[in-house]
Amino acid sequence: MQSNLFPRLVKRQTPSKAMIYLSPLLAIFLTLSASVILFLIMGVSPLAALHAFFIEPLSTIYGLTELAVKATPLILIGVALSLGFRAGVWNIGAEGQLILGGIFGGATALFFYEKTGFYIVPLILLAGVIGGLLWAAIVAFLRTKFNANEILTSLMLSYVAVLLLNLLVHGPLKDPDGFNFPESRLFSDSALLPILYDGTRLHIGAIIAILAVGLGWILLSRTLLGYQIKVTGDAPAAGEHAGFSHSKIIWTTLLLSGGIAGLAGAIEVSGPIGQLLPTISPGYGFTAIIVAYVGRLHPVGVLFAALLLALTYLGGETAQIKLNLPIAVTGVFQGLLLFFLLASDVLIHYRVQLGFKQRKKQGVTV
Amino acid sequence: MEVIIAAILTIITAATPLLFAALGELVTEKSGVLNLGIEGMMIMGAIIGFFTVHHTDSVFIAIIASMIAGALMAAIFALLVLKFHASQVPTGLALTIFGIGLSALIGQSMIGVAYTGIPKIAIPIVSSIPVIGEIFFKQDALVYLSLFMVFVVMWFLNKTRAGLILRAVGDSHDAAHAMGYSVIKIRFLAILFGGAMAGVGGAYLSLAYSPLWVEGMTAGRGWIALALVVFASWRAGRVLMGAYLFGGISILQLHAQALGIGIPSQIMSMLPYLATILVLVIISRDKSKIKLNSPASLGKPFHTSR
Repeated sequence: MQSNLFPRLVKRQTPSKAMIYLSPLLAIFLTLSASVILFLIMGVSPLAALHAFFIEPLSTIYGLTELAVKATPLILIGVALSLGFRAGVWNIGAEGQLILGGIFGGATALFFYEKTGFYIVPLILLAGVIGGLLWAAIVAFLRTKFNANEILTSLMLSYVAVLLLNLLVHGPLKDPDGFNFPESRLFSDSALLPILYDGTRLHIGAIIAILAVGLGWILLSRTLLGYQIKVTGDAPAAGEHAGFSHSKIIWTTLLLSGGIAGLAGAIEVSGPIGQLLPTISPGYGFTAIIVAYVGRLHPVGVLFAALLLALTYLGGETAQIKLNLPIAVTGVFQGLLLFFLLASDVLIHYRVQLGFKQRKKQGVTV
Repeated sequence: MEVIIAAILTIITAATPLLFAALGELVTEKSGVLNLGIEGMMIMGAIIGFFTVHHTDSVFIAIIASMIAGALMAAIFALLVLKFHASQVPTGLALTIFGIGLSALIGQSMIGVAYTGIPKIAIPIVSSIPVIGEIFFKQDALVYLSLFMVFVVMWFLNKTRAGLILRAVGDSHDAAHAMGYSVIKIRFLAILFGGAMAGVGGAYLSLAYSPLWVEGMTAGRGWIALALVVFASWRAGRVLMGAYLFGGISILQLHAQALGIGIPSQIMSMLPYLATILVLVIISRDKSKIKLNSPASLGKPFHTSR
């Protein structure tokens, strides 16, 4: 049937531990190679483009702080999503939960407009968590009560969230002195996240994100819930047999990821943005899905993956300014990276065997 | 009367892209593969169709190009899922993310470019019947094609040997494999068909519905098409019904504004998404019914060697 000259895949006895970690590196290498071809097609010098994308943003202190600013929501949501993905709960609507967090947090900030108090920022963040949590709770409710596919409901709710934010900044939350622009007032200083490094936008959200990595790690490796998540994802039947409630796992992972995505939304509006706009995220909720995968669904891996994908955002902006490249290149990069990662992951469970070898060693082909 | 005709005509244009995409996904799913990348394939069809019509001035070539674009996108998915054993859910998501990015990149030069829209074909004699002629016999070629495809898919799945084999592969890939059918080849073709249909569905948006190119113009229609397949319990006839029902909901917005109903446009725009959720809830409530209708091997990976 198949020519023996072609390399073929042979299943490994046990999954390769090394490949789990090497696969993302291989994927990054392949993405860079593909992007060289892409830049050549677009008539841009690949060296100049790669320099603008990956070197230039990292060559200044300001660039590095911007990287941290962009990585913050990706780390937060990436950690949260990887817990759900591990359990086989597909929350694809983190973008919507982020927006709801932004709306709740932003509304809180506007409620305390021109007031001062140490309690304002914590309240904003808390409101953000509640917003994202409620949005995800709808998904969990529909999934556990009516068996409605969480991929579709969470995604549909993301579109609804975008429209809801749009409605609010055109209406009730619009700046009364803003000449009818669809924007809220600029939050007062007491409603803005403290800046960590003067002259940059680096805010305390970055510390919260690092904390989330630590907490996610502890949760996954040291708690019963983490164990239940892993078992439910790897062997649902075993999980059921052990008496782990599937609907409890669904509720917990969805509320957790929704709440954290909401927190990320509140951090965005009271951090780098400082007001409510019709668009408060360049798709962080979707990119976080890639982050979770590239980070091997592990909090520490997510940290590195988030930095990498934050760099694609930052590099996209630099390349737009320096080389006049369209910002859409970022999306292509991100898509390619996930493709190559999924393809490289085959090497975790299979090894490549060249045809002529296989003819000698194995008599049976299936 | 004028208003009603106008409303029905808009329903048809809103339903056609959904119908194409959902019919394609129906065939893909019947072969046991869940492709979540419809949105990505649709938007690539939209931009390639628009790009081609702008440069060649030929609607025919544009439609073929959009089908090829969708099929090529689907081929990436098929390669990853069938050859590289990648799991279907993240691969489909990757296809969507990639398609939205790539289409935006290709579409840079097409922003603000005008196009008159594909011509309507009036069928002689019957098109001059009042009302009915206007609605049924004065449509563009793609509307006719979409309706024709409903019957083609229905006939193929239920009345042909190839359709029977495809369904067998979707219901039990191991049994089909044991009977000597090439599961991989059949699934590959089913995925390509799904991609081509999503591509032309997307092209309908940029060539007829709008007609212009806007970044991210599919606006979740690929996902709604996915929900339609569940809504239709994997039956072509019900896909037709569902697509027109959703077409009806999504045009409420336009006509509510025309009639001067004072509901903010954003709320009206939410309706298709909310309706999708509602429909999913109603359909999915009965777990056993879903199990009975859905292809048994849907979403499960297939390995020949173990």
